Amino acid sequence: MSNATRVATSAEPALELIGIHKAFTGVKALTDVGLRLYPGEVHTLMGQNGAGKSTLIKVLTGVYTPDSGRILLKGHAIQPGSTLEAQQLGISTVYQEVNLCPNLSVAENIFIGRYPRKWGGFGPIDWTTMHRRATKLLAKLDLHIDVQKPLSSYPLAIQQMVAISRAVSVSASVLILDEPTSSLDEAEVQLLFKVLRSLRDEGMAILFVTHFLDQTYEISDRITVLRNGVREGEYAASELSRLDLVNKMVGVQIDATAAGNALAANAEITPAARDGEVFLQARGLGRKGALAPQDLDLCAGEVFGLCGLLGSGRTEAARLLFGADKADSGTISIKGEAVKFSTPRDAISAGIGFCSEDRKKEGAILELSVRENIILALQARNGLLHVIPRKRQQQIASDYVKWLGIKTPDIDTPIGSLSGGNQQKALLARWLATDPDMLILDEPTRGIDVRAKQEIMDFVMALCHKGMAILFISSEIPEVLRCSDRMLVLRDREGCGEYLRGELDDASVLQVIAGESAGKSAGKMVGEAV
Amino acid sequence: MNSNLVSGQDKNGVAGWRGLRHALHHPLARPLGALAVLLLIDFFMIPGFFRIELKDGHLYGSVIDIVNRAAPLMLAALGMTLVIATRGIDISVGAVVAISGTVAAMLIGGTMVMNNGVQEYASNIPMGWAIAAAMGAAILCGAWNGLLVATLGLQPIIATLILMVAGRGLAQLMTDGQIITVYYKPFFYIGSGYLFGLPFSLFIVAGMFIVLALLMRKTALGLFIQSVGINPVASRLAGIRTAALIFFVYIFCSACAGMAGLMISANIKSADANNAGLLLELDAILAVTLGGTSLAGGKFSLVGSVIGALIIQALTYTIYSLGVPPEVNMVVKSVVVFLVCLSQSPEFRRLRLFKSGNQV
Repeated sequence: MSNATRVATSAEPALELIGIHKAFTGVKALTDVGLRLYPGEVHTLMGQNGAGKSTLIKVLTGVYTPDSGRILLKGHAIQPGSTLEAQQLGISTVYQEVNLCPNLSVAENIFIGRYPRKWGGFGPIDWTTMHRRATKLLAKLDLHIDVQKPLSSYPLAIQQMVAISRAVSVSASVLILDEPTSSLDEAEVQLLFKVLRSLRDEGMAILFVTHFLDQTYEISDRITVLRNGVREGEYAASELSRLDLVNKMVGVQIDATAAGNALAANAEITPAARDGEVFLQARGLGRKGALAPQDLDLCAGEVFGLCGLLGSGRTEAARLLFGADKADSGTISIKGEAVKFSTPRDAISAGIGFCSEDRKKEGAILELSVRENIILALQARNGLLHVIPRKRQQQIASDYVKWLGIKTPDIDTPIGSLSGGNQQKALLARWLATDPDMLILDEPTRGIDVRAKQEIMDFVMALCHKGMAILFISSEIPEVLRCSDRMLVLRDREGCGEYLRGELDDASVLQVIAGESAGKSAGKMVGEAV
Repeated sequence: MNSNLVSGQDKNGVAGWRGLRHALHHPLARPLGALAVLLLIDFFMIPGFFRIELKDGHLYGSVIDIVNRAAPLMLAALGMTLVIATRGIDISVGAVVAISGTVAAMLIGGTMVMNNGVQEYASNIPMGWAIAAAMGAAILCGAWNGLLVATLGLQPIIATLILMVAGRGLAQLMTDGQIITVYYKPFFYIGSGYLFGLPFSLFIVAGMFIVLALLMRKTALGLFIQSVGINPVASRLAGIRTAALIFFVYIFCSACAGMAGLMISANIKSADANNAGLLLELDAILAVTLGGTSLAGGKFSLVGSVIGALIIQALTYTIYSLGVPPEVNMVVKSVVVFLVCLSQSPEFRRLRLFKSGNQV
């Protein structure tokens, strides 16, 4: 949309970093990194996982103290010692993981630490004012929700918006957004960008960190690329082609098709139709408040996609199939035999694996080693008494580390110290180690870099070829279209049509998803999904 | 700090952990160090501290005494370690000690009878049954805690608070608030007997430790407990029976407390429902913490907890032996505990690391 370059080189930078060095016992995270951020621009920080983006942001916001280098805010050297200090200086941040208190109300979250008080700031908390101001702030983001309800009663996307409005509500001159869009769907991203543009036009300096190339070009005025902790360069967005950008991030030359369309290759691998036998058959499977009764057939050697907006019932369907939540209606049969899943354990014994969308909360056991994480599901299925011998564990773990290309110093490193993409591969290994007949992949590529994404999808396709049934869920609709042999479109926790490969394209799938509510504004749709 | 650690690492961010792991010592280094310092003070301040004598085929000495007296606490700490590793806590340990001691004492009771001028002891019911009943009562207590925490999802501290209050009351009801004296010599063996020259209680602790160590090595219990402690949601999705596991650790913890209760009541030759095992749960939690297991759950160390229990007992012994007035006793104890805990605080360590880094 806004491709008019607005590089205001004449003005003084709102924020400037000069020669930042930061090392963590033994490993250099940042080497001589510089960054210039001008008022009234959206500046995108790009780089692969582990390039040092998060470290740089944490240096900026006072979480880390740089080993050397200077931070200038409007020309004055600053040294924020904490996020609070940074905020008081006018640097507000929205982190990748929503960083709020789910048990507090929306309004409390926005004003946490600076509640409006009665009697000139010394009296009790002025709830009326707080609720009114919170409602007004959210209205600016086109979000009309009850600010007195606890934050946890809203979906992740809305929580993200609340985090942003908190960041905006303090009088900040610099706004930092670390991967704010990774859990938002397309409509919500547009909403966010609208807000960002208006903030930019008010003269705010915005630093935006993302993995998404499309979004980068849509919103950025300038781009700084980091690679391996070193600044690769600073570019005007209009003068840097996509291919150049990807090359600078990855550091190797990759051809145009692979860069522009990382996953396109997969479409050719999978034949359009298969006649695999039905592995899992669900009839009228549903749960109140999660999914209206739905029929599903998952076949061996076939990728079945679930498509829909955030909160449309995609994850809910997966959880019902895996026994993570109990279904209150419907039946499931595996290879023709009726089964009942009341815990994930039951589903695992039936040969099903489940990579959850929330890697940190529902997947990785962060403090355990890569080896322990990989063998965990297999060990759990074998039971408490049939311990897998240490040698065998090491064998399994190193086999998968090698096969999936998991980057880790050794298999006894805590998984938490790996990058997101490598954690995801290790979790994939956890399920592959159980030799499942069916694998549920809920957002397997969220928040990981282009290359890891491609690798993971390649593995999935290879597995599918070997006869595994795959249930694939992603909020990136083109990805679902490319990968799925068949797909179910969900809307408002209800299935609204099953389609074969090729029956839908990018445009028509959106129409199906939007359904009758196609004409309504994005903000209203989000509201309805709640 | 250490410059050769900085060099020679690859560019991968992951390698930082390796360096860190090398830089910090073994997790047991701190508790062991604290114990060594205590023993060193004893060595200089208390004459003949490390002297061990052989009297009537029994070993006597300060060190033996410390280890012997620490036995109930070591048992309680072992059970508590597993509970804490699952992110839980059990503050009913002292109450379970009172219950099991009371049940055993009441069932054994015992009278001294003179048979042809020879003293003989008789129990109400066979001692084996009494012990089994006491352990059964303890396990029942654990099942109650486990039910509340694992099945009903109550917060551990609240769930076990119920038994902490009710359990001691129950024991007092059973004894009518009186101290029940036991007259049955074989029972005393548990608390003050000797085997191969060493206190018998040590064999109980060692036996329990070996059983646990085998469980950890030969089954996947250790992995599952850590996994559940670090991330219960992910563990359930990986197919671990989290509820059953949590249920088990509470039963195990109460069984340990029950055994400690038998030891304590056999040692004082009576059941004191008011005071037996009073505040033992807090000492057990402290021992676990001193041993390096985080109250946040996850990674745990059984050896660490045993060392922690020894630190507490050695500290008590030292304070008494040095003639520190009873009034300052508690303060000294808390200062030492504070220092040991401080040395384990990652925040504090970071502070120190940072400082030394600047100086270099």
